[in-house]
Amino acid sequence: MKQLALVIDLNVCVGCHACVTSCKEWNTSGTAGSLSDFNPYEEDPTGTFFNRVQTFEIGEYPNTETVHFPKSCLHCEEPPCVPVCPTGASYKREEDGIVLVDYDKCIGCKYCSWACPYGARELDENQKVMKKCTLCVDRIYDETLPEAERKPACVLACPTSARLFGDVKDADSVVSETIRENGGYQLMPEWGTKPANHYLPRRKTRLTIHEDELTRVDNPLNKERQLPMPDEDEQTLDDVMSW
Amino acid sequence: MHPAFSVIFLTTLIGAGQGMFLALYTGQIYSVFNLVPGQDSHTFYGYGSLLALIFLAMGLLASFFHLGHPERAWRSAAKWRTSWLSREVIVLPSFMGMTFIYGLAHFTGYNPVLFSISDVYVVDLTLLLGFLATGLAFLLFLCTAMIYACIKFLQEWATPLTVVNYTLLGLASGFTLATVFASYAGIQLVSFYAGWAITLTVIAAITRTASLLRNSRIKPKSTMTSAIGIRHTKIQQKSRGFMAGSFNTREYFHNVSAALFKSIKWIFPILVFILPVIILSSGMATNSFAIYAFAFAVQYVGLIAERWFFFAQANHPQNLYYQTI
Ligand code: SF4
Ligand code: SF4
Repeated sequence: MKQLALVIDLNVCVGCHACVTSCKEWNTSGTAGSLSDFNPYEEDPTGTFFNRVQTFEIGEYPNTETVHFPKSCLHCEEPPCVPVCPTGASYKREEDGIVLVDYDKCIGCKYCSWACPYGARELDENQKVMKKCTLCVDRIYDETLPEAERKPACVLACPTSARLFGDVKDADSVVSETIRENGGYQLMPEWGTKPANHYLPRRKTRLTIHEDELTRVDNPLNKERQLPMPDEDEQTLDDVMSW
Repeated sequence: MHPAFSVIFLTTLIGAGQGMFLALYTGQIYSVFNLVPGQDSHTFYGYGSLLALIFLAMGLLASFFHLGHPERAWRSAAKWRTSWLSREVIVLPSFMGMTFIYGLAHFTGYNPVLFSISDVYVVDLTLLLGFLATGLAFLLFLCTAMIYACIKFLQEWATPLTVVNYTLLGLASGFTLATVFASYAGIQLVSFYAGWAITLTVIAAITRTASLLRNSRIKPKSTMTSAIGIRHTKIQQKSRGFMAGSFNTREYFHNVSAALFKSIKWIFPILVFILPVIILSSGMATNSFAIYAFAFAVQYVGLIAERWFFFAQANHPQNLYYQTI
């Protein structure tokens, strides 16, 4: 079994919205029709998006931390949005676990959007059908693209590589390894939806430097030196070499 | 959730239609056992079924306004194995069809006796047709209510009380409608129906109050912590990621003031339960058509408020992600 998914590293995301704009650009230009916008330059604009980056503040001022949180369809392994669809327009692909909407079958009843606890689905007010992240199904299998570009648009756009893409069911894949080793977790586990997308938590990277490490007592070159030791500001071999 | 008027009208209108049919059939069963005087097939059961059908058809019509692509509505019968919405789409027309056949048999007088029990209780064709339609009517209550009750994270809806309330409120309004109809077409049954309407309204008042009490105590299972997965007791949204509107900000919030929301919570029980019971009881003294019609109108307006509140009260967990611009 295969389950394609995104792994989003909250420790790395800087909240630049590059994934939001590249997603919108790619998916509004596709053959399935545009992601419609209304009143884009006027009062009360609105539009359809698959992906959003939100910002949260954790803790109490002044001891706070800012977390940028990208959110799109999580391609749940037990997607509650699929069985409720009366037409079968909403479905989960056997072959790679991507949850999709067949725009030709959808009647726009919005029931699936009620049944998604994450608010990942949006009705396109122009086409009057339900839309959501497709994991760029129209590019990840496109053999006319160079291999390195067969990834979702958001993943390619991310300047900090906060977004990884791969098969979370393959234990040897980069995404599985990252989830395993960096404490990857799922959103709202209480509803049993088993989201395929995972998030990596904020991590503190601390470096402890001891005094003796600064003075390099273990420097092997010291052995051959003549005593006494050189003065603090005298150049060492390292200082001469590293320019 | 944002209450959609198409769904409010759909559920209240078909509820009244189902209740109206069940009232007719209850009357017929009572008359088989000679507990109430039998009514004329043609003018009472025939036109009564027509009235029920009109309500059902208006409800069906309202439902189309909910769809983005009403012309594809036929597709929604496909997934009846998994979707309560699909089941409703199948059961509603079946019930309407059965009600039509039942009404037609009465209207045309084609009603052969099938058998009789100890030569006293006669079972004829319409009794059988009505029995089948009754099954479908209750199935339809179940399907309609389960559409809401089966979404487990809409905790205000995910309770058997949702099914109980949809059924009882439909029955109460249907029997009130039958009282109005009887005061016009079958005067002997007026107090029979009014009595039932009052009883059902009182029972529905109890179960709906039970659900209001239950819902006022709900502790949401999803929290900010589970929504973004960060383990901290103080999490505050600083940006939802956009300043414009979106489906997420429209579909899941009722967008009315807290004061209006609260006042509807108090207004609907008065309109659905208290006033109709008073008006129906006072109507029983005079049996006036106008008074009964007024009772039904008040109760129906109340049901619109009740359904509005039912939707508005449901708190979708996705709202956690859309708390501030
Ligand atoms: S995130 Fe929502 S829309 Fe996506 S698969 Fe899960 S339930 Fe369905
Ligand atoms: S809106 Fe479309 S995809 Fe969603 S449940 Fe209705 S028919 Fe299915």
